[in-house]
Amino acid sequence: MSGLTERPATTVALAVILLVVLAATLAPWLAPFAPEDQPFDGLSLEGAPLPPGAKYWLGTDTLGRDLLSRLLFGARTSLVIGLVANGVAVAIGMVVGIVAGYVGGVTGATLMRFTDLMMAFPALLLAIVLAALLHPSLWIVALVIALVNWVQVARIVYTETRGLSERDFILAERALGAGNARILIHHIAPHLVPTAIVWGTLGIATTVLLEATLSFLGVGVQPPQPSWGNIIYESQSYFQAAPWLVFIPGAVILATSLSFNLVGDTLRDLLDPTQRGRG
Amino acid sequence: MRTSWLKATTAVMALGAGLAATPLRAEDMPTQGGTIVVTYKDDMATLDPAIGYDWQNWSMINGLFSRLVDYKFGTTEIVPSLAKSWSISPNGLVYTFTLDPKATFTNGRNVTAADVKYSIERSVNPKTQGPAGGFFHSIVGQDRMADGSAATIAGIEAPDEATVKFTLAQPDATFLNVLALNFASAVPKEAVEAAGADFGKHPVGSGAFRLDEWVPGQHLVFSRNTNYFRDRPQIDGFRVEIGQEPLVAVLRLQKGEVDIAGDGIPPAKYLEIKNSADAKDTIVDREQFETSYITINTAKKPFDDVRVRQALNMAINKERIVRIINGRAMPATQVLPPLMPGYDASYKGYPYDVAKAKQLLADAGLKDGFSTTLYAMNTDPNPRIAQAIQQDLAAVGIKAEIKALAQPEVIAAGGNKDQSALTWSGGMGWIADFPDPSDFYGPILGCGGAITGGWNWSWFCDKGFEDRATKADAMSKPEDKDARYGVWKAIFTDIQAQQAPWVPVFNERRVVARSKRMGGPDQIYIDPTRVIDYEAIYVKK
Amino acid sequence: MPLILARRLAQAAGILLGVALVTFLLLHYLPADPAALVAGRSANAQMIANVRHQLGLDLPLPLQFWRYLTGLAQGNLGRSYIQRSEVAALIVARIPATLVLMAAGILVEVALGLVFGILAAVQRNSFADRLVMTLAFVGVSSPQFVVALLLLYVFAATLGWFPMSGFGTLRHVVLPALTLGLLGAGWYARMVRSAMIDVLNQDYVRTARAKGLSWRRVVLRHALPNAALPIVAMIGIDVGQFMGGVVVVEAVYGWPGIGQLAWQAIQQADVPIIMGVTLVSSLFIVMGNLLADAAAPILDPRIRGR
Repeated sequence: MSGLTERPATTVALAVILLVVLAATLAPWLAPFAPEDQPFDGLSLEGAPLPPGAKYWLGTDTLGRDLLSRLLFGARTSLVIGLVANGVAVAIGMVVGIVAGYVGGVTGATLMRFTDLMMAFPALLLAIVLAALLHPSLWIVALVIALVNWVQVARIVYTETRGLSERDFILAERALGAGNARILIHHIAPHLVPTAIVWGTLGIATTVLLEATLSFLGVGVQPPQPSWGNIIYESQSYFQAAPWLVFIPGAVILATSLSFNLVGDTLRDLLDPTQRGRG
Repeated sequence: MRTSWLKATTAVMALGAGLAATPLRAEDMPTQGGTIVVTYKDDMATLDPAIGYDWQNWSMINGLFSRLVDYKFGTTEIVPSLAKSWSISPNGLVYTFTLDPKATFTNGRNVTAADVKYSIERSVNPKTQGPAGGFFHSIVGQDRMADGSAATIAGIEAPDEATVKFTLAQPDATFLNVLALNFASAVPKEAVEAAGADFGKHPVGSGAFRLDEWVPGQHLVFSRNTNYFRDRPQIDGFRVEIGQEPLVAVLRLQKGEVDIAGDGIPPAKYLEIKNSADAKDTIVDREQFETSYITINTAKKPFDDVRVRQALNMAINKERIVRIINGRAMPATQVLPPLMPGYDASYKGYPYDVAKAKQLLADAGLKDGFSTTLYAMNTDPNPRIAQAIQQDLAAVGIKAEIKALAQPEVIAAGGNKDQSALTWSGGMGWIADFPDPSDFYGPILGCGGAITGGWNWSWFCDKGFEDRATKADAMSKPEDKDARYGVWKAIFTDIQAQQAPWVPVFNERRVVARSKRMGGPDQIYIDPTRVIDYEAIYVKK
Repeated sequence: MPLILARRLAQAAGILLGVALVTFLLLHYLPADPAALVAGRSANAQMIANVRHQLGLDLPLPLQFWRYLTGLAQGNLGRSYIQRSEVAALIVARIPATLVLMAAGILVEVALGLVFGILAAVQRNSFADRLVMTLAFVGVSSPQFVVALLLLYVFAATLGWFPMSGFGTLRHVVLPALTLGLLGAGWYARMVRSAMIDVLNQDYVRTARAKGLSWRRVVLRHALPNAALPIVAMIGIDVGQFMGGVVVVEAVYGWPGIGQLAWQAIQQADVPIIMGVTLVSSLFIVMGNLLADAAAPILDPRIRGR
């Protein structure tokens, strides 16, 4: 894994991820205010949010809440959703892909037709509809994202499993009378670990973006629970009057998703032999 | 429901404030001509007068069609329109109208008594799928038409081409107001039948304007009806541009590209404009017949205990909520807004008193607080206001979970006896259909509205108040008007003081932006009954 | 070939039917009562029941779905309860704007992707290459709505070069198209780069280079045609990606397309419109994939032979 730090950009990305993880875990100790606290002096007399200053370092939002504190706690939201939603998506994708690829037959065909069906849905639109339907809490948003994002993983795992199950050593195992479970656990699964790691990382970037987008459209994590996306959602019309409310969280989202993408890409190069040596 | 679509707020202004008799400067004199540009974010739903009930299309429908009676511009005074005169029987049950023979539809045909009868029946007919059937409930036979068991309304007769006679089942002090609603607009049967379900896209009326073009999602073009039987309007026409964000609309207005920003000034831009040099010429800021409130489901534990409801009333910091919306409202003390006849200036409502609220909760056996749900609409600033309310409730130990939903879902939740808990009315705040206190009772505090899918989200249904309300509305003689307002005043004050089914939070003012070239007094830009008065506005020389 | 085509078309129809069923079921459980909505606030319980009957919402669910399907077969997507209009007409009126936006977005993607992809490939492993590839990552990692607001803030509100929102002129399309295209340009650049490198590593290209063939000719004659296939396939897939992206971009820029229509409908729980837009979007996606498949043999003789 030392290869991870070979590229300078990836090193920076790892540092950013570490920062986000620290912010999320230490939020209660780092945040100068409670993220939901609406102090009376957090708004100007006319009700305008305050720009960055001595008391509120990054300024306040349109309810007078401290932006820095909300960003720190928002990191929790993004990370929890990133890990849970993406974990579930990768898990579903792996199971569907392996079953469809290894079992094949009617079950496999049915699963893959269902995957095709999911591919035909406009992903964001589906997520919005699901979120609007289920009235989002943190876990619902994670579930919605997982329901939308497993498809891609399933297709890749399916293709890989298909390839693997026709390889000589699997056929040999089978000829020797190995059970399906044994073959799956000892021979197929280990070969899919790199895929899971790569997608587990790249997928976090996608998930963080999707969560932010859903929250930006108002169907994601519900206030007063802070999320980077809903901070922007609540302040978007203030992008001229209070640009810090839109562009600071925006930069945080970009940095996070970029970092996971860079690390994921490096991992792919390191773990995937077919990709190695290219570029 | 006109109100219900409200993002910012609707209509309605100073009743009785009247048009101040300030002398007009020469350049302010009304002039004939000019085409203006109006913007909205959302497309018009329909221009069918039997269906249209949102604050954007309300004023356009008003201009496309005419009704038996109308309001004098900028006021709440009833004046003749399609009917040049009328008489009311001494018992208040029979209204007879004589039509103006000059009135014609834009397809060239005269407006007849049969058209008036047909049009109102069409509004009530369930096949029309309109929102208005209930308004005409006083007319004999309305119920049978509404439930589909009769094809016409027996209480509306057209003995000859120029006479329409209404027979009421009980006296109704607001009946002329009902006939001035858009839903009573005359429509030509042949045009309705030709257009089928799409009459709202191809409207034919007898109003001041006609619709020339409608490109969905982009624009609508209206021009002056040259054969209009009354002597307005001043402008030659108006172009409505759709899909314009309020923020953008205001910027364009400052550049002179837009004359009226229909959605008002967005909060993000409000302070900047209010504090700018142009403010005086561009901002119209008036009170309206509006109250924004929190309903408390009186049929549900623990809200069935009046002490809990009173505690809620004392827990909310209304001043701070008003600050969040940049001071565009006044803290409310009671159900009726200050402009409405029947408003009780001497009733001060419940004070903001956290200690007292906690005490009341403790008295009710809820010393440790409780958990509940707060429903709110999903459009800004409502989720923000809901969060302010949430924080105030938390301070007295009430843990409220916010559900910010699409408007139909809020109605579905509030209109469900088991589900409804606390509902923030913002965005759907009650704005009167007509300037009468009774409109603030029936659907939102009366037993009639306490139905599944209804608007009485407090599920407040009290036999005593119901009787008092019925008696008040039977006082239909003109000379009883002030006495009747007095009865209503007592009803509303008593409801709040004794039962507290609502937390009245604020009375929002309406803020509209108009370009510097637009003329006329403020009250025709924020008209009590029309929203924007296209017939009365004009372009300055 | 016609047989394969027929099979693909049948598959596409099956997928669309599945999409219709899933969407119908999902939206059926949306907790909003259209009948109460239509009947308005002055209605009593009987009136609401009448309206429900009029709308056919009191029928058993399978029958409602069957009615929806038979309507679909005639191009009827139902009527919106809120817009009070034929859903099909609303969508048709807005499709041109969305197509313009998508075409402009694809143009941005492909143009940026080609330029930067070729640049990176030709100068492989140089600083420029690494910069371009990092920028490509920034592109694909950007939250689209933040990019939209940023472009709006810088180029419309502050500099005033472009209008803040609206539709109609070329100037209106620039910012929305950039927002839509910047994100995808990163993918295209990476793809073009690797397709180019494949070609540049081929022996015949090395030979040609050694014989003094110019970079320009290598790129135009050999590398580009090789990159064309993945680009076309990607455009097909992008059509689907864009159906989501347009919701955000159209919402921010007030672009009168079906994304804005969908977004308004979702905010108002206007079920028939959400159904209609979802179906139409799926149709776009399925057609995009079909086109990508169909274009493949034409562009790549190796596939044609199979």
